[in-house]
Amino acid sequence: MSITLGNVEHVAKLAKLQLSHEDKENMVEQLNNILAFADALSTVETDHVAPTSHVLPISNVMRADAPKESVSLQLALQNAPDADEGQFRVPAVLDTGSEA
Amino acid sequence: MSETLTQKPFETVVGLEVHVELHTKTKIFCGCSTSFGAPANTNTCPICLGHPGVLPVLNKQALEYAMKAAIALNCEIGSISKFDRKNYFYPDSPKAYQISQYDQPVGLNGWIDIEVNGATKRIGITRIHLEEDAGKLTHESSGFSSLVDFNRVGTPLIEIVSEPELRSPEEAKLYLEKLRSILLYCDVSDVKMEEGSLRCDANISLRPWGQEKLGTRTELKNMNSFRGVQRGLEYEEWRQADVLLSGGKIVQETLRWDDAKGITISMRSKEEAHDYRYFPDPDLVTIHIDQAWKERVQASIPELPDARKARYQSQYELSPYDADVLTSTMILADFFEESLKHTKDSKSAANWIMGDLLGYLNQHGKELTDISLTGAMLGEMIGLIENGTISSKIAKTVFKSMIESGKPPKTIVEEQGLVQISDEGAIKAVVEKIVAANPQSVADFKAGKDRAIGFLVGQVMKETKGKANPGLVNQLIADALTNS
Repeated sequence: MSITLGNVEHVAKLAKLQLSHEDKENMVEQLNNILAFADALSTVETDHVAPTSHVLPISNVMRADAPKESVSLQLALQNAPDADEGQFRVPAVLDTGSEA
Repeated sequence: MSETLTQKPFETVVGLEVHVELHTKTKIFCGCSTSFGAPANTNTCPICLGHPGVLPVLNKQALEYAMKAAIALNCEIGSISKFDRKNYFYPDSPKAYQISQYDQPVGLNGWIDIEVNGATKRIGITRIHLEEDAGKLTHESSGFSSLVDFNRVGTPLIEIVSEPELRSPEEAKLYLEKLRSILLYCDVSDVKMEEGSLRCDANISLRPWGQEKLGTRTELKNMNSFRGVQRGLEYEEWRQADVLLSGGKIVQETLRWDDAKGITISMRSKEEAHDYRYFPDPDLVTIHIDQAWKERVQASIPELPDARKARYQSQYELSPYDADVLTSTMILADFFEESLKHTKDSKSAANWIMGDLLGYLNQHGKELTDISLTGAMLGEMIGLIENGTISSKIAKTVFKSMIESGKPPKTIVEEQGLVQISDEGAIKAVVEKIVAANPQSVADFKAGKDRAIGFLVGQVMKETKGKANPGLVNQLIADALTNS
């Protein structure tokens, strides 16, 4: 598989990035190089290897359902570019509904 | 089906995606409280606010609630489960991705049974997965900006996806009601649609009868009540049929149900945006679920509504309808069973619950938990009717008094002097007085008008303030009339 200009434009759009034409061409080349590098893995026999989602040799890390102190409202809003009425203020969004 | 064929030009196909908030004390990946109604953004921390470098840790209770729901909905529990990132930009999601589950959800291939026109129909459940809820957006009236409250972000949700096996808006409503009932029994959520702890999106498409290939579907959002789901789907079913019959084509899109106007409105969302680029969340390690853990969770599931309903029909000889009503919530079913520890008359207990109790709750807009009446009190009251202490008529007064005062039936009967008069001599005296005072009724009775006896019984009951044993009154009046 190789990366096309179309792929870069699609991903840039999803990531809300505005790239110049020069940037995009640069990305196509760099991403293709990265893929070519990763392609070396395809020479390894993996038919009998289960898909790996984590490399750490641990599982089932969980916490008890016990409440902890939340941060203060002031601290929560500290890095907000804009705030009002104790809430984060963002540019108006069309109410297309949450994804959750 | 032949009846439907003549009524509708197309077969309707519906699948539901239901989100349910699990009622854990804390959020799914941090220790912030999930309590409702706190001031905006006060139940937040760097983890749920999505700050860089933080480490989410799974709430074990949330996972176990999800497992419990999945087992109760007959799903297979995977031995390995993991979390994935679902990437999208929206201001209600501070990380620009939602932690969800993609290819290894908690549960797969489940089902629930619904009753459609007296027949049982099995609806497949594709999957159940765990994920985090988003924040809440409000839109400023100026239209220039929106405000975000992140208190809700990170509340644990399960998403329950049905197979497209529902064939009408009515079936969709029945499925939702059954789902809600099972989850209530499992005690994993409040499942209140009006309060948002149960949310439902629906996919609906039409196809010519006999065609296997599914038609183009639309997705409906914003249905905020069980009735709203049915109405929204009914409207969309009609709209799609109208488009197809006039030679048009259905456009695959997301629609918002406007409950006040009773119509669906296109949300004009760009379909291109549905490219979530899922990948395993590197912050959350794999979950291994062994048989022993599954069995522990399974053991915590109570007898579910379908099983209870069947038992009520066989053990207590209740009708399917009565058994259905009594098992509609676990608290009501438990109330019924509690009453049966004090009386053997299950039919009487069922009648009092379905008539007087539910009638009262309905009339006053209350829940069973809002009143102090217990099943034991009802059972004891029925016992007082059985042993002749009070009449069924007086019991109505006692019942209302129990609900309002929370006092046990014996106390009420004693305090208000409601003990039934079963002393034959005392009743006889009243009967003789009434018969003597109403010669016309006696004459009517002799002339063959049996109804006259009812009038005389009424007079005796009135005289004794309803406390005379009705059986005895009837008998003594009959005796008095034949002897006079």
